[in-house]
Amino acid sequence: MLDIADLSVSYGAIRAVRGISFTLRAGELVSLLGANGAGKSSTIKCIAGALKASGGSITLEGKAITSASPEQVVRAGLATVPETRDVFPDLTVAENLMLGAYIHRRDPAGNRENLEKLNALFPRLAERSSQPAGTLSGGEQQMLVIARALMSRPRILLLDEPSLGLAPSIVERIFEMIETLKKSGLTILLVEQNVNQALAVADRAFVMRLGAIVASGTAEEIRSTSDLSAHYLGG
Amino acid sequence: MAFAIQFVIDVLSLGGAYALMALGLVIIYGILRLVNFAYGELIMVAGYTMFLASGSGLPWIVMAVLAVGMAIVFGILTDYVAFRPVRAKSVTAVLITSFAFSNLLQNAALLFISPRPRNVPLPDIFSQTVSIGGAITPVRNLITIAASILLLAGVAFLMRRTTLGIAMRAAATNFTMARMLGVPANLIISSAFALSGFLAGVVGILWIGRIGTVVPGVGLEPLLVAFIATVIGGMRSLPGAVVGGFLLALIDTTLNYTLSQDLLKFRDAFTFSLVILILLWRPEGLIRGPASGQRT
Ligand SMILES: Nc1ncnc2c1ncn2[C@@H]1O[C@H](COP(=O)(O)OP(=O)(O)O)[C@@H](O)[C@H]1O
Ligand SMILES: [Mg+2]
Repeated sequence: MLDIADLSVSYGAIRAVRGISFTLRAGELVSLLGANGAGKSSTIKCIAGALKASGGSITLEGKAITSASPEQVVRAGLATVPETRDVFPDLTVAENLMLGAYIHRRDPAGNRENLEKLNALFPRLAERSSQPAGTLSGGEQQMLVIARALMSRPRILLLDEPSLGLAPSIVERIFEMIETLKKSGLTILLVEQNVNQALAVADRAFVMRLGAIVASGTAEEIRSTSDLSAHYLGG
Repeated sequence: MAFAIQFVIDVLSLGGAYALMALGLVIIYGILRLVNFAYGELIMVAGYTMFLASGSGLPWIVMAVLAVGMAIVFGILTDYVAFRPVRAKSVTAVLITSFAFSNLLQNAALLFISPRPRNVPLPDIFSQTVSIGGAITPVRNLITIAASILLLAGVAFLMRRTTLGIAMRAAATNFTMARMLGVPANLIISSAFALSGFLAGVVGILWIGRIGTVVPGVGLEPLLVAFIATVIGGMRSLPGAVVGGFLLALIDTTLNYTLSQDLLKFRDAFTFSLVILILLWRPEGLIRGPASGQRT
């Protein structure tokens, strides 16, 4: 469904991603693991069209999106939740969600239906719909950016560290929600530092280190890899 | 009482014009973090369109619509000529191109029209006066107040209630994130330039309506006023621009009323001193806009 082949990303002389290749099959949840600075976010941003690839290709359902703009990528059915948890702070929760449905703005009935489904998944957001997004707690903001991404009705969702900096109880809820999304058939690429929880929900996983994929396999295989923590701690 | 009414009408009509000028500038600044130096020339374009159309025998209102239309066209043209080609380059590059475009338009007016003032057609109603509670005031002041209330409300509605406006506000705080939701960057930027041109066009008609003539440099004062008002109000905030415009008008009008003839020559010096005091007190402006933001 999503094919990444020999993808490289550079910031000037810094080579953040060095020729990585992987595939996401429809309905799969794949975890992308790795220490800070491994190049995970650069990979995500590049797939999302927010960063130019310096080499390689990205193919979504047979269509090349390597040099597509962020707008074109979301139109192609791939939504991204960046690690920076970018709510529009001055806009209300409802306005944030409405922008998530920008590409479907001519289909208000479909958006309402989708919103109702999401309200069931994120009841806290429904309660706060007329509140400025900047006044939400960190966990609620994370829920909002995920819900907003889902308003575009994607077939693939990229999640960059959704549990970062959140209290354990909220992390728990986020992982439950990710499992629900997976059960609904959504294809998900999940970047995480919470290795155990990420592997618990994932079908397969990759480990990145210094811009390269250093391990890959099913969640069980990765879990049993003895040097996982070494990769993880950047050792 | 008459004096108080006179004062209020003067502040509101000047403030309304200032607020519209500031709004047109801050809409571009909010999204691109760039001051559009060619903004004043959009006002000039509206003025010369009125002048060029004056011989046509068209009804005044048609000429006015034409003038606003041309200001919109030149607003969008500013995007294509001065901003889009260099947007990805440095901030300095874009400042220079917008400055160059401003100069180009002014010089074109000097060369092809005239350095001397040209009369613009004004409807009779602009030169009539009315008496309200004993205060005599030109009708155009009331028209300016009405037009600014309508436009400020219209812009507020656009920005708060329409998808385009909400997308523009989102793009102003986090351009990349807005694009990742499918909001088309170029369309949003062009819409902002069109809206800016629209406001400049209306301001042009109201502003030039006070003077009755248009010269190539007519846009300089509105640009300066808009810039000062947005700095006072907070560069990134739309309500701030409006508040800044009215505050600047309050300062100017108060000085007009209180300074003696000798001192009135130095009115701008007094105004700027007050502006500096305001900025010393509130360096970010009165109303803080969205905290984050970036350019493309
Ligand atoms: N905007 C940037 N400019 C320069 N270097 C960057 C930038 N963003 C990330 N990097 C560098 O790229 C590498 C990978 O970063 P990133 O993709 O954010 O890793 P991760 O998400 O795995 O923590 C790091 O060495 C980081 O310092
Ligand atoms: Mg990261």
